[in-house]
Amino acid sequence: MRYMMLIYSKESPDGLGPEETLQLRAAHRKAMQEAAGKGVLRGAEPLAPTSTATTVRMRNGEALVTDGPFAETKEQLAGYYIIECENLDEAIEWASEIPTACKGGEGCIEIRPLPGIPAVSEAEGAAGQTSE
Amino acid sequence: MDFRSAAESVFRRESGRILASLIRISGSFDRAEEALQEAFASALASWPEKGTPENPAAWIMTTAHRKLIDAVRREHTRLEKQDSLQYETEIVSARQDCEIESAAMHFPDDRLRLIFSCCHPALNPEAQIALTLRTLGGLSTPEIAKAFLLPEATLAQRLVRAKRKIQEARIPYETPPPERLPERLAAVQAVIYLIFNEGYAAASGTELVRHELCDEAVRLGRMLCELMPREAENLGLLALMLLQHSRRDARVAGGELVTLEEQDRSLWDRSSIAEGLSLVEKALRLGPAGPYQLQAAIAALHAQASTPEQTDWRQIAALYEKLGELHPSPVISLNHAVAIAMSDGIENGLNRIDELGRAETLSRYYLFHAARADLLRRLHRHDEAADAYRRALELADNRIEAAFLERRLRQMMDRGV
Repeated sequence: MRYMMLIYSKESPDGLGPEETLQLRAAHRKAMQEAAGKGVLRGAEPLAPTSTATTVRMRNGEALVTDGPFAETKEQLAGYYIIECENLDEAIEWASEIPTACKGGEGCIEIRPLPGIPAVSEAEGAAGQTSE
Repeated sequence: MDFRSAAESVFRRESGRILASLIRISGSFDRAEEALQEAFASALASWPEKGTPENPAAWIMTTAHRKLIDAVRREHTRLEKQDSLQYETEIVSARQDCEIESAAMHFPDDRLRLIFSCCHPALNPEAQIALTLRTLGGLSTPEIAKAFLLPEATLAQRLVRAKRKIQEARIPYETPPPERLPERLAAVQAVIYLIFNEGYAAASGTELVRHELCDEAVRLGRMLCELMPREAENLGLLALMLLQHSRRDARVAGGELVTLEEQDRSLWDRSSIAEGLSLVEKALRLGPAGPYQLQAAIAALHAQASTPEQTDWRQIAALYEKLGELHPSPVISLNHAVAIAMSDGIENGLNRIDELGRAETLSRYYLFHAARADLLRRLHRHDEAADAYRRALELADNRIEAAFLERRLRQMMDRGV
């Protein structure tokens, strides 16, 4: 089963210092190399900071576009990994290796299983075919 | 014994073990529960006619196992009729032939996997408790709901959600690897002790002790000792529960709480005490001494005193000190202070308590004020004691505990004038 590991961390206005940035990158590289080496890495990428985010919401059939993320929370989504794991315990092991970029350990990783897109059901399939 | 109660008693005693095996074989809590229910229904239908089988538990296991296979086959037939490409039924296909024939009769003990799954930290504590009681305990959903003063629908939903998470997030059905075992075992012990405490000192409601929860917790504690007998804290936990529970008949009289000091010690359950004492000894020999063993050792010292005056408070104070070193907590400090008051002079203890009271946490805790009030009472400082009892009363939320505090408060007011 694939699990997505969502990295939440605290955004500091000035960003990280150069040394911290290097350390963080090295830690990510290590985790990614390890997962890739085991053939279980399905994806991993950082997100640009929330200052670049745009939110789109449908209102009365129209797209309402606003600046920024939808909620002011202390920790923001900063990146993700997708790793193939046997079970949740294995996913937890991986998650404990992924750095959250937060000083004082305030960041966290949220693990969500990726169940995949369900196959077309009998009812949906039948509905599609009747129009033929 | 009639057939129904024979079947029910087997069910209550053995359902955890059977269910644990069925879950391993089927990979699904729901499927396993369904098969077990069906087997139980078959027992009720067939035993009166053919007589109770020689080994009722094995009969139910075999029957449930057959029901499971039938269910899987039915599912398969249903699926084969449809486009098999459209339906990926991973679980059914992966499990269908493996193990299903073999493990039916000599069931290895799967209860250990089951309890580690039920007490997985990825489930919230309420879900852990409900699931543990439902699958490993002998209580039905309505019985658990009643014991926790919850609507049945709430509890049922809690169980459904927990089972769904186990399935969908793939919480593993296995004993944790050695490097994770200590923390995971501690989580299991915590769930069992929470169940016990919910029964022993019901935090709210009108009944002080809910025996069925205490009994279930003791049963689960016994099971854990049976499954992992080399873990000293398992023994410590069981000992602690047995020793506390041995006082059940003496703790409440005429709907009122009776303090340890005032209890009729002849009502204490001697066999629980004997078992508890021997477990404490065994646990401490195994070592290392953990928090459950230390608390059990304290309970053991109380149990061994045939009168309150004979209580070895000095030793109790030393144990609380050790406990505080392992797990610093305001409540342990409070108990330590009380033990000092009893062994080293009430004034000394009271000074310590007042010092502790400066911390925010304890001053919101009713037992802090009750303990303080009790020491002031012993010092005949009745007015101050009355004030402290009033403060405790404001914070207590169990009716029986409140009644006790009121009684004490009246005594203080009578003496104050």
